[in-house]
Amino acid sequence: MKALFLMFALFFAMPLAAQDALPPAPYAYRQLDDPAQEAKAQALMESLRCLKCQGQSIADSDAPMAGDMRHQVRLRIASGEAPEHIRAWLIERYGDYVSYAPKISATTWPLFAVPVLLLCIVVMVLLRRLGGRR
Amino acid sequence: MIAEFGLAALWLAAALALLQLVAGSLCLQPKGERMSVIVRPAAVMQGVLSALAFGALLLLFLNTDLSVKLVVMNSHSAKPVIFKLAGAWGNHEGSMLLWVTVMALAGGLVALLERRLPERTMLATLAAQAFVGLGFYAFLLFSSNPFERLPVPAREGMGLNPLLQDIGLAFHPPTLYLGYVGMSVAFSFAVGAMLTRQVTPAFATAMRPWVLGAWIFLTVGITAGSYWAYYELGWGGWWFWDPVENASLMPWLAATALLHSASVLAARDALRAWTVMLGVVAFSMSMIGTFLVRSGILTSVHAFAVDPERGTFILVLLAIYIGGALTLFAMRAGTIAEGERFSVTSREGALVVNNVALSAILGIVLLGTLYPLLAEAFGVKVSVGPPYFNPVSAIFFLPMLLVMAVGPLLRWRRDSAARIRPPLMACAGIALLVLAGLIAWGPPGLLPMLGIALAAAVGIASLLPLRGRKLRRTPLPLWGMVIAHFGLALALFGASADSAYSVERLVAARIGQVTDVGPWQVRLASVEPTAGPNWTALEARLEASYRGGAPIVATPQSRYFWAPVQQTNESALLTRWNGQLYAVLGGEAEDGRWQLRLWWKPFVTCIWFGGLLIALGGLLALIGRVYGDLRRRAILARIAQRKVDLGR
Amino acid sequence: MSAGSWKFWLPLAIFAGFCLLVFVQLMHPAEREVASAMIGKPLPAFDLRAAVPERPGLATVDLKDGKPRLLNIWASWCIPCAAEAPQLEALRQQGVEIVGVAIRDTPEDVTGFLARYGNPYARLGADDLSEVQLGIGSSGVPETFVIDGAGVIRYQHIGDIREDDVPMLIARLKEAAR
Repeated sequence: MKALFLMFALFFAMPLAAQDALPPAPYAYRQLDDPAQEAKAQALMESLRCLKCQGQSIADSDAPMAGDMRHQVRLRIASGEAPEHIRAWLIERYGDYVSYAPKISATTWPLFAVPVLLLCIVVMVLLRRLGGRR
Repeated sequence: MIAEFGLAALWLAAALALLQLVAGSLCLQPKGERMSVIVRPAAVMQGVLSALAFGALLLLFLNTDLSVKLVVMNSHSAKPVIFKLAGAWGNHEGSMLLWVTVMALAGGLVALLERRLPERTMLATLAAQAFVGLGFYAFLLFSSNPFERLPVPAREGMGLNPLLQDIGLAFHPPTLYLGYVGMSVAFSFAVGAMLTRQVTPAFATAMRPWVLGAWIFLTVGITAGSYWAYYELGWGGWWFWDPVENASLMPWLAATALLHSASVLAARDALRAWTVMLGVVAFSMSMIGTFLVRSGILTSVHAFAVDPERGTFILVLLAIYIGGALTLFAMRAGTIAEGERFSVTSREGALVVNNVALSAILGIVLLGTLYPLLAEAFGVKVSVGPPYFNPVSAIFFLPMLLVMAVGPLLRWRRDSAARIRPPLMACAGIALLVLAGLIAWGPPGLLPMLGIALAAAVGIASLLPLRGRKLRRTPLPLWGMVIAHFGLALALFGASADSAYSVERLVAARIGQVTDVGPWQVRLASVEPTAGPNWTALEARLEASYRGGAPIVATPQSRYFWAPVQQTNESALLTRWNGQLYAVLGGEAEDGRWQLRLWWKPFVTCIWFGGLLIALGGLLALIGRVYGDLRRRAILARIAQRKVDLGR
Repeated sequence: MSAGSWKFWLPLAIFAGFCLLVFVQLMHPAEREVASAMIGKPLPAFDLRAAVPERPGLATVDLKDGKPRLLNIWASWCIPCAAEAPQLEALRQQGVEIVGVAIRDTPEDVTGFLARYGNPYARLGADDLSEVQLGIGSSGVPETFVIDGAGVIRYQHIGDIREDDVPMLIARLKEAAR
């Protein structure tokens, strides 16, 4: 029964907790006027993780905080900041978790080493299986 | 009574699984053959009983029996009938029961229909199927009983997550489960064949239709799931590399590789160990993926909360089954000779390339999905998403596509490259032409550009095996292959075109205002309240005209569900042959304007048509194989009859 | 492929590694919260307008006067924020200076909340676009940061403050004063 109660509490608490009275940030749902800049912003937003959501990028989320992050991204792009600079700014605050595009680092090198290893294995297997006996 | 009946049927089914396992294993001992008469009937009855148990659960949900805990937690009397039924499997216990039911039904069907395997291998297979089933029965009965009653019936149910109250999603999980759990047959076949050392072409031909069946459901399930995410999540994305999507993709990759390696084994008696391992891996991936997602270990919207105790239970099951099968593999694989080398220019050579590429992609998806977990074990949080998966998997996917274009044109054993050079040069020419055209028109980014050019070439190349054949007399499996390969090219084209050329417009529109989105003019005519059975909504009336044509009405909604309380966006889609207009109604902006999100997505529907074509190709191949088998049986029966006649 | 049987054990080895990993995760579920990476770094520059008329707004310079304090990120629409109000009041009574940042909030709602649950804040800035929140690496409400006298972030507490967190926060503040 306790579990039941908890479920209840969760179901009703979640939408309430997510509610806020303010309208979304100006650039949360508004594109930049310059299409080239907007394309840059969009590409960046698709690769940044919404911190309040489960497995969504800030480009795919209706959470207010994701809206505020989109606003930040668009403003900074509009002021001429480079997308990778903005990503670095966010990583400085939230760690690698905020970016869906892992960079080669002390903690992520296997993500890149394993595909290279796989490529070697694939080539090796093909060389061994294919081609006439020499 | 219905709940008690369901529970009793489940216990009986579990008992029969135990009987099937014991009798089947005894048959493998010398002098144990007498037990063999029990095994097949036990498997069939087990299937029937578990289906009855699942039927009982459906009935409970249909009647909204509020004395059953599961119904109270996941249903509501005001829900439409179809979503009451969907509530039965939209939760942990119900989905586990569905899992067990599909597994028992698959085992029963194998027992009923399969006649090509040596009897000993067959019995070992059924014993393995029962062994796997037994663990899940135990899990269900001891820690996830779906038929549990409440001490006091509840007044009202708590409802189903509104995101799940969608016709597409109602049938998405059962379809996927048919695919996931259908793979258990491949697993059992592989274990049975290893136990009795019968990894033969006959084993491959016997296994192939079963894998095809499961693979078709998996393909449809993934396609439907992707379309669901596309229109329900409201941002126009259709694949997010979310853990749950990866969980469905991994078994699909393994099963696709398995289908191809099985045809090498059937035709050339080679790749034995490899095929057996893929058989084990395909179902292992189904179990691992489902476990990871459902247990909430990987953060996903699809997690049903599972406590650590249940999680440990399933992990132990996984360790026993997968660990056991892989140990058996390690011990037996050395005795299964792999056969001779293949020529580079041969059908089997191309299939080997396909297999290693698919396996490498599988490895990358597995790595990318698990890596955040691994990093967390060392106290680091990382995210792995599309910017990683797309390019890294493309390293293997694009070359594989090229080989896919060539492979079907090659003959088995040895072929001359010169024979297929002219058609391939033509295809390469088309690819280059398309590439040049795209660059001239304004290059849309490297991957989409390569995607479109390759899709064009591969699409045409995939039709080439039909060249010079009488279409009426072309065997169905060949048709299946051609259609499936064409479907993949079509899906690739859709995906690339969408990512290259889709147009996005976010506007705060006044009533009456017209917005341009690509070739469309969209006028916001009105925003009015409306209501459904368990929701109220604001509905926008959009009048969209394509290149100044007659306006078509689209009605995106912003829905408020009350049980449980949640808000969802219902997108509106206008489909043309060359793409879709995608419209979402957002919140009310300042001074009476409304937030609208509009996309024009050229050829986006090709993604899912492609997926369906892949499944259709599988279906044709399956029909062809089953029909061929029936004819073979009829001929054998006639020969036997003639022998009897001659003997007289 | 018969060149050595060790490679046939490879799939099993990988699977064993997987089981170990998952078992560790099951026993010690990972933190769902995203910790700020700004601990030990100075606060970013900001200057927030006052959220309510009776308290001044908040700027970075206000936090560099040599005195350590708590920076509470909260909102009137957040339920756990109401739950932690008594603890904030207790902290204030023990002489802790608390400054607040109200996320995405209207003056009326803030006033209503403070009237109902008490006002422990010496200063209260309004962060309408979550700029400060993003700037200090906070990913939700409520969160409480310990800021030392030089304006450097020393500690982050995620979620509402429970009764047993109060002495811990005071200890963190003392540490920051050194």
